[in-house]
Amino acid sequence: MDEALAKKLRILADAAKYDASCSSSGAPKRTAGKGELGSTTGAGICHAYTPDGRCISLLKILLTNYCLFDCAYCVNRRSSNVSRAKFTVEEVVTLTVEFYKRNYIEGLFLSSGIIKSPDHTMELLTRVAKSLRRDHGFRGYIHLKSIPEASPWLIEEAGLYADRLSINVELPTEKSLETLAPEKNGAVIENAIQQIGERIVEAKAEKRRFSPAGQSTQVIVGADTTTDEALMRKSALLYGSFNLKRVYYSAFSPIPDGSTILPLKSPPLQREHRLYQGDWLLRYYGFTPDDVADATEDGMFALDVDPKLAWALKHRAHFPLDVNRADREWLLRVPGLGARAVDKIIRARRHTRLRLDDVARLTSGLKRARPFLIAADYHPGGGLTDRLDLRARLADPPKQLSLF
Amino acid sequence: MREVDPMRSDASSAIALREGADLSGFRAAVRRLAAAGIPPERVIWSVGEAPGLFGAREPETEAPPLALPRGVGDLVTRVVPHRDPERYALLYTLVWRVLHGERRLLEVSSDPLVHRLERMAKAIARDLHKMHAFLRFRRVEGEEPERFVAWFEPDHHILEAAAPFFVGRFRSLHWTILTPEGSARWNTAELTFGPPGRREDAPAEDGFEAGWRDYYESTFNPARTNLAAMRAEMPKKYWRNLPETAAIPGLVRAAATRTETMIERVPRPAIKRDPVRAVAAMADQAPDSLEALNALIRRSEPLVPGATQAVLGEGPPGAAIAFVGEQPGDQEDRQGRPFVGPAGQLLSRAMAEAGIVRADAYLTNAVKHFKFEQRGKRRLHQNPTAGEVSHYRWWLERELDLVAPRLVVALGATAVLALAGRAIPVTRARGPAEFGRGYAGFITVHPSYLLRLPEGAKEEAYAAFVADLRRVGDLARTLAA
Repeated sequence: MDEALAKKLRILADAAKYDASCSSSGAPKRTAGKGELGSTTGAGICHAYTPDGRCISLLKILLTNYCLFDCAYCVNRRSSNVSRAKFTVEEVVTLTVEFYKRNYIEGLFLSSGIIKSPDHTMELLTRVAKSLRRDHGFRGYIHLKSIPEASPWLIEEAGLYADRLSINVELPTEKSLETLAPEKNGAVIENAIQQIGERIVEAKAEKRRFSPAGQSTQVIVGADTTTDEALMRKSALLYGSFNLKRVYYSAFSPIPDGSTILPLKSPPLQREHRLYQGDWLLRYYGFTPDDVADATEDGMFALDVDPKLAWALKHRAHFPLDVNRADREWLLRVPGLGARAVDKIIRARRHTRLRLDDVARLTSGLKRARPFLIAADYHPGGGLTDRLDLRARLADPPKQLSLF
Repeated sequence: MREVDPMRSDASSAIALREGADLSGFRAAVRRLAAAGIPPERVIWSVGEAPGLFGAREPETEAPPLALPRGVGDLVTRVVPHRDPERYALLYTLVWRVLHGERRLLEVSSDPLVHRLERMAKAIARDLHKMHAFLRFRRVEGEEPERFVAWFEPDHHILEAAAPFFVGRFRSLHWTILTPEGSARWNTAELTFGPPGRREDAPAEDGFEAGWRDYYESTFNPARTNLAAMRAEMPKKYWRNLPETAAIPGLVRAAATRTETMIERVPRPAIKRDPVRAVAAMADQAPDSLEALNALIRRSEPLVPGATQAVLGEGPPGAAIAFVGEQPGDQEDRQGRPFVGPAGQLLSRAMAEAGIVRADAYLTNAVKHFKFEQRGKRRLHQNPTAGEVSHYRWWLERELDLVAPRLVVALGATAVLALAGRAIPVTRARGPAEFGRGYAGFITVHPSYLLRLPEGAKEEAYAAFVADLRRVGDLARTLAA
């Protein structure tokens, strides 16, 4: 690989890394036919982990980090003084194919700064995906970050080649967008998300290929004053009305050459973690947005207990629950019991009466679960469930999750 | 429940299986043991004394297959590659219990044996997953066609289980995977297993590894350093075979300083001037003339299967009447012009009879490409689906905005769907219509419908179509006034 290309790769990987999503999941399983290269596995594969603990699944790069927009949180805003570079379509294709052949990656996650016009930029992104599929028989994963300001027909075309299209909401409120991302418009973003959503639903019904792994989005956390509750309600809306597959939460992180209107600070990683937990409660644990809101204090999740535990501590009257009798929906509310553990409990108790030792073999969260459940040989006694210091006993020891 | 022969209940047996994951040997042994009614505590399992991977196994007496719940067979297959020497004994105990009254034992995940076997299966799944993830190919320099070799050290005996994944992924490549226990080779047609390899048998470097390390370093965010999370997913034991991990110590050392520097740095004003004009120009990207729109349509990929070229609308901008059909047909696709096939000719005739000058009207289609299926030499017209019609809707809307007719005529159901955004039965809605975009609308049948009618019905339908077109002409004149 020549040095000029390597230099571009360094700049344009650095410029792309603040996008949280790297997942290669959700595509229908497929394998390479004769003369083809690539497959998808359904759940996706993480090929490496960097010291930030995040997975490298896709080659996540920008086509270019030149950008006409001036979003304060973004390292690539036009007023930033970072080094700039631009790949050609062929260079991105070559990097993807060669990295893929060496089993470094699952595929490509391509995004771009806005150059010339949103349409021009979107066309370039689509050309990369098209060339991979057409000229190289590439069957690996392709995720295109769509440009919401691009004309609808260009987004439609992109969906023919990509496994996943995504558009970043970036900031949860119109007001924050106005202040921090003056060229962006919340309504335009929502329209584009809706358009993609409609096309995905239609294509599924008609058994055609259009962004088969669905669409995802990213919200930046900590750059504005939006509360966790507002973020969760926004996500519930995106999942419900817009049919999104994933909402990613990205703790606003220091960037080289920060903006004058948005001071830099350490990223709120623990908060980000709690938001993901809240998100899971919405998607897999039958929590309504109101339930999740109920797990917050003044709209914010506690940092030392997870949202499910916070909810249970507020609703102790519902507990303890008998693992041998309680409904699935209630077992899902027991802190420390994951959805998979709950399913195992329900399957096993058809054949046997579960004792505490049995439950211990089904979950790794028994310490948190104990005060909230009853087993064949175990009862926490009124005392434990209602103890005033229960929260303190179950809370995470204080620690700084971010650095070392 | 299987009867245990009381005469044999005190028999015992020593079973020797080959090294590695001897699934077929284990299966045969289980069948014999179960048939002989030998309980697990009377079986002694050993590994390695039997002929090895590439030797012949001595013929064994065949016992009939056992009827086991599917999950049990699956679990056996998943656990056999585990390196724990107890695996066969544990699995046989499971089979025995399932055959002796605990048919649904696998559903009891809390049972200590099931729990242990599930954890072993999980360990195998993880080992497989990590092999799929962390194996790195290096290209053998100078060889054509290109050939790739990888060295990998799995925890368990999983080479055979792991190889199909690489076939499905790298089908068009020649590759070899070397492990301390055996090797796998793919030549784009056939997968073969061979003797163990050595690390030195794989190339020592690869032309893209430096670039990959660059990528690894650049994609790391120092402000989020979290070594525990990295190690949990990528344990150190894998590092020596991963080219990118050489970068880790340096990245970690510099992380804290890099982050502090970023936070403490005073924001600098932009060195470059604000590109005011470029930003303003950006908002103005939508095609502003029919030519620009047509150029865009022409260079876009068909959004339906088939189609040799885009068939664009035809007629003077500013035409009073625009006719919208379904999609180009065989003739239109060949000639690249709308309404030139049999249906188009019929439309021309009807227009002439109704007093509409075709050259003064604008003619286009809801879908700009011919969707067809090749059957021998014939290209059979296929109806566009609702989704495909919506794909093209944006172009049609923009096109009509630019032509700016006073009246838009929808010919047939597809045109109605495209213009109204929802399906409306043509027979019921025939006549003036509202499409909600600044121009008047009119709905009638598509001329190809007339061509398909049986002889007797044709004439009447054609007359009705001409009558519709007369109303269209009248309506356009009224709107002009």
